[in-house]
Amino acid sequence: MDITIILDYLIRGLSLGSVYAIIALGYTMVYGIAKMLNFAHGDVIMVGGYICFFAMSGLSGNFEEGSMAATVVPAVAGTLAAMVVCTILGVVIERLAYKPLRQASSLAVLITAIGVSYFLQNAALLLWSSNPKVFTPVTGRGSLQVGPLSVSYVTLLTIAACIIIMLALTAFTSKTKMGKAMRAVSEDKGAAQLMGINVNATISLTFAIGSALAAIAGVLYMSAYPTLTPTTGSMPGIKAFTAAVFGGIGSIPGAMLGGLLLGIIEIFAGAYISTQLQNAIVFAVLIVVLLVKPAGLLGKMVQEKV
Amino acid sequence: MSRIPKEPTKLVTVPSPNKIPERDIDKSPILECQHLGIDFGGLSAVKDFNMAIGRTEIAGLIGPNGAGKTTVFNLLTKVYQPTRGTILLDGVDTHNMNTVQVNKAGIARTFQNIRLFNNLTVEDNVKLGLHNHIGYGMWSGIFRLPSYWREEKVAHERAMELLSIFDMGYLAKYKAGSLPYGAQRKLEIVRALATNPSLLLLDEPAAGMNPSETAELMENIVKIRDTFGIAILLIEHDMSLVMGICEGIAVLNFGQIIAKGTPDEIKNDPVVIEAYLGKKKEA
Amino acid sequence: MNRILHMKKSTRSSLFTYTLVIVAYVVIQLLRAFREGGVGSVLEGQLVPICAYVTMALALNLVVGVSGELSLGHAGFMSIGAFAGCSVAAALQNTVTLDPLRLALSMVLGAVIAGFFGFLIGVPVLRLNGDYLAIVTLAFGEIIKSLVTNIYLGVDADGPQFSFLSNNNQLGEGGIELIRGPVGVTNSERIATFTAGFVLVLVALFIIFNLVNSRTGRAIMAARDNRIAAESVGISVTKYKMIAFVTSAALAGAAGTLYGCGQVTFTATKFDFNTSILILVFVVLGGLGNMWGSVIAAAALTILPEALRQFADYRMLVYAIVLILVMLATNNPTLWNFIARIREQRQEKKEGAK
Repeated sequence: MDITIILDYLIRGLSLGSVYAIIALGYTMVYGIAKMLNFAHGDVIMVGGYICFFAMSGLSGNFEEGSMAATVVPAVAGTLAAMVVCTILGVVIERLAYKPLRQASSLAVLITAIGVSYFLQNAALLLWSSNPKVFTPVTGRGSLQVGPLSVSYVTLLTIAACIIIMLALTAFTSKTKMGKAMRAVSEDKGAAQLMGINVNATISLTFAIGSALAAIAGVLYMSAYPTLTPTTGSMPGIKAFTAAVFGGIGSIPGAMLGGLLLGIIEIFAGAYISTQLQNAIVFAVLIVVLLVKPAGLLGKMVQEKV
Repeated sequence: MSRIPKEPTKLVTVPSPNKIPERDIDKSPILECQHLGIDFGGLSAVKDFNMAIGRTEIAGLIGPNGAGKTTVFNLLTKVYQPTRGTILLDGVDTHNMNTVQVNKAGIARTFQNIRLFNNLTVEDNVKLGLHNHIGYGMWSGIFRLPSYWREEKVAHERAMELLSIFDMGYLAKYKAGSLPYGAQRKLEIVRALATNPSLLLLDEPAAGMNPSETAELMENIVKIRDTFGIAILLIEHDMSLVMGICEGIAVLNFGQIIAKGTPDEIKNDPVVIEAYLGKKKEA
Repeated sequence: MNRILHMKKSTRSSLFTYTLVIVAYVVIQLLRAFREGGVGSVLEGQLVPICAYVTMALALNLVVGVSGELSLGHAGFMSIGAFAGCSVAAALQNTVTLDPLRLALSMVLGAVIAGFFGFLIGVPVLRLNGDYLAIVTLAFGEIIKSLVTNIYLGVDADGPQFSFLSNNNQLGEGGIELIRGPVGVTNSERIATFTAGFVLVLVALFIIFNLVNSRTGRAIMAARDNRIAAESVGISVTKYKMIAFVTSAALAGAAGTLYGCGQVTFTATKFDFNTSILILVFVVLGGLGNMWGSVIAAAALTILPEALRQFADYRMLVYAIVLILVMLATNNPTLWNFIARIREQRQEKKEGAK
């Protein structure tokens, strides 16, 4: 076994894992605060991908071919546009579909989330057709040569983005007032309300952050796997959801760890065992982990008080 | 259907309390706890808990909030596994048993925060208590074999009989979750009794009841003991109830027994008074 | 009439469900026999799938509604039943020539195999709680899909041949390829009929109603309502959750066989996460624990998208919006209070009239 090849797989795994981690953060934050599985989260990624795609293709004509500006400006603008649209989308979805169901059973909320997911997919189908769009990587197609190892810019950007987001989120939840409010609401909604925290605003904020992260993840995912269709978001969505559970749903470092591990396992399983069974292996690992640690790697077990 | 009817004037006659003759024969205790203890993390919630309960004794477990009374119940019923010590039920060590097996061995309980099967009827709740005494299996149920009809009929009759202890027969068809609070507490006792226990654990049976309801409950607890010839251990804050019907009382504070004795002894024990009211200021 | 009114609520509801299914069957059969064009080509093609989905919904309702556990991978059991059952049906083609008998045998086998997998999966899964259980069932559904996609199964005079990942089977003269990996199963003859589907639905109803209204069913519901209390009265929660789960998996397996044997061809990707979700939608819209609701929801929601074919582009969008609105409406406390008030007024009037 060649160490370069292993290293190459590892980096690819880290990159894929970083995308999963960013998506999983959205899942886990929403779960922590609203105690709901937001199945529409994966489709927000898809919307982010489309918005970025159209913004980029709209802008790229205005720049000189091959210049630095021709890659950077559309990419940055596209990403920002995707973030803005997804943030608004996330908050609107929460207001219209989830907020009325605060008191309803978790199953009712789950089905509604599935409804929202269908809605987004089919709206995308009507708006943008089922013909796949080919996404141009936001970093261009170049790669960095490190000795025998060739690492694409997308990979580097993805891993960097993941680290920055992780640090920023940790700082946000532990240092800022709003971040602390978020943690308080996820711990005990009623008590948080009594302490004067605006629960509804906090939940909206969580959806906003989660959706903005989904947009970033969408752009990064599309840059690595450039075929864009209305159902593109569901598989990374399910995987990221798995990653969140894997790490312990509700836990931010857990989502990060789960995402990274899942990405690495997926790439290595595909490389050394079988590409056809790649997904089966990923899910099998999840099951094994949950059997050993029923609340995920970093999750804490809450025991019912008798 | 949604509204619960008012209680009718005495539909069923209460079986008269008949003292079980064996009561005074077997003097060995039904339950014996030796050096029982449990730690949560570093905290010892219960330590060195020793207690013996006679076969037809009504015993009380009292103590300030957070003293570890419910934890003792959870240890006895194996909701928690004890860290130390042994529990002997009728001389048998329950060490390897889980909650289900402990119940089959003869301990039944009620809960401080009522735990009924809210979406099922009152009758079904009692039938669930009878579950292990209903003698037909899954296939007989699916194919409605004769054993199904026979056993269900017996179970129905037994359930109604048990409900009549608290004159609750008229509520049989209502959902347990729709009952008023007091009735829910009583139903929990009936359900526990249905499992045919030799020791019944009651966790704050009088909580939320008014004085007249409490008085009725006291009568019924004694009646249950006399009719079924079983031991009862109860946790209660209502001192009139505890002092009124308990034959032996243990006082728990910070997870440890600080006093044991008859109601009169406990009433006048300075340690107990201190635990409840705090230390007298040194003059 | 009076007797019906005084029946136990559960008896009344099961009687209603049986009647509903039988009437629907009779009406459809009459239409098919006497009306020109029968029930229309769209519905005609959907009759067997409808029965399969109704059975699936009933099976899943047993787990989600009665047992109170969320399963997001039930299509996996349908898949196992479809592939196992249809393989058996094809393999027995020359041995058992009577079609209904062969179908029945295949369904039983499909059910047994799916039930066995239900047990295998249930052992680890039922130890988990709530959302964790849901995600693990989802994972199992995906694993089953991946595995089945890579199975190659054939049979010839020397017996069955099996290979995994790539097709290494060398079938002799007259051999039949039963499962062909990603291509799935190709049926030379479709033996599943509407009548067979109807019988399966009746069997499923019979099993579920009788199970639920028995000692076992009570224990399953007790475990759902309050796990700790159930254990405190000597009911083994895991055992009864397992009974519900395995029964449900077996019924789903039979439904899968029915579905598969009614298709010209099908692949493992047919039974993916989306199918699991679709069935869950039937169950939730029909009402948790409400069997006739499941029957109606499954039938209606299977026909609806087909009937809306002319609005091809918009139909799924409309479906999504309807789904969201129904969930919002049914979970709206104001609406429920309103309905309850009207009911109360009616009752008071009735009592006043007496």
